[in-house]
Amino acid sequence: MKNHDNHISSYMLNWTVLLVLLMLTTISILAIKMHLGAYTVALALILASIKVTIVLTYFMHLKFENTMLRLMVGGVFLLFAIVIAITFTDYYFR
Amino acid sequence: MTTSEHIEHSEHIDSDTGKLGMWLFLFTELFLFGGLFIVYAVMRSKYAADFHHAALELNVLIGATNTVVLLVSSMTVAMSLTAIQQKQKNLAIGLIFITLILAGVFMVNKYFEWGHKISLHLYPGSEVMKTLPHGEIMFFGLYYMMTGLHALHVIIGGILLTIVMMRISSGKINQEHYLLQENGALYWHLVDLIWIFLFPLLYLIT
Repeated sequence: MKNHDNHISSYMLNWTVLLVLLMLTTISILAIKMHLGAYTVALALILASIKVTIVLTYFMHLKFENTMLRLMVGGVFLLFAIVIAITFTDYYFR
Repeated sequence: MTTSEHIEHSEHIDSDTGKLGMWLFLFTELFLFGGLFIVYAVMRSKYAADFHHAALELNVLIGATNTVVLLVSSMTVAMSLTAIQQKQKNLAIGLIFITLILAGVFMVNKYFEWGHKISLHLYPGSEVMKTLPHGEIMFFGLYYMMTGLHALHVIIGGILLTIVMMRISSGKINQEHYLLQENGALYWHLVDLIWIFLFPLLYLIT
């Protein structure tokens, strides 16, 4: 159960990550207020995806994990994207 | 000498597999919520106007406040890991305690939010709800299901982090052995990840 040679994230890095996440949140709220029409949904989802990637990379320490774990997480998110794509193809062309 | 090296090596593997197991569990969680996201997306494209109208009922300010609360709590739990790695035991306990307070703030906000809607008789099965168009019933059904399931995760995460805090205090979790704290933090980050998607989908896109 001993944890070896793990990367230690500095407090400064954690603060910076939080600051970026809060900025992205503010941007997404402001963007919605501007009523961009059809692009609103796309923009909101892109910003959310960027935020999720930042949390996974820094708060969840994926940047400092071994390649296998990173590939697994990437693979699962890819699988999830494929499931969504197939569901929508099925829904729109039935 | 050889024996002790061997033990060190197998302990190292244990820590990695323990974390791997947590990630596998998180993948199942992703698909649990993913299923609901897909239902939401399909229903939204089917009843666009109803979803637009129903989403206006949600309070963006409460949603935004809870987003900030969860983001900050995600940082404090990540920092508690840094603290334990640097042997700052009291700081680690303090940071987890702040995380728990923020979890409490999130739940209190949720209580007022749901309470307000229930006082307006906007809950599944109410007489008011039955008179609404089909798409709006769908929206509120999904709203309660998704935020409810998420709130359940906040409560479970809170319990998990309380256990972690007690183990740090008793010394069972320390600079050398902190797998449970790592996994507890991973779970808490997942709670945050799901909210990052729930907030724009339910509150912002109207």
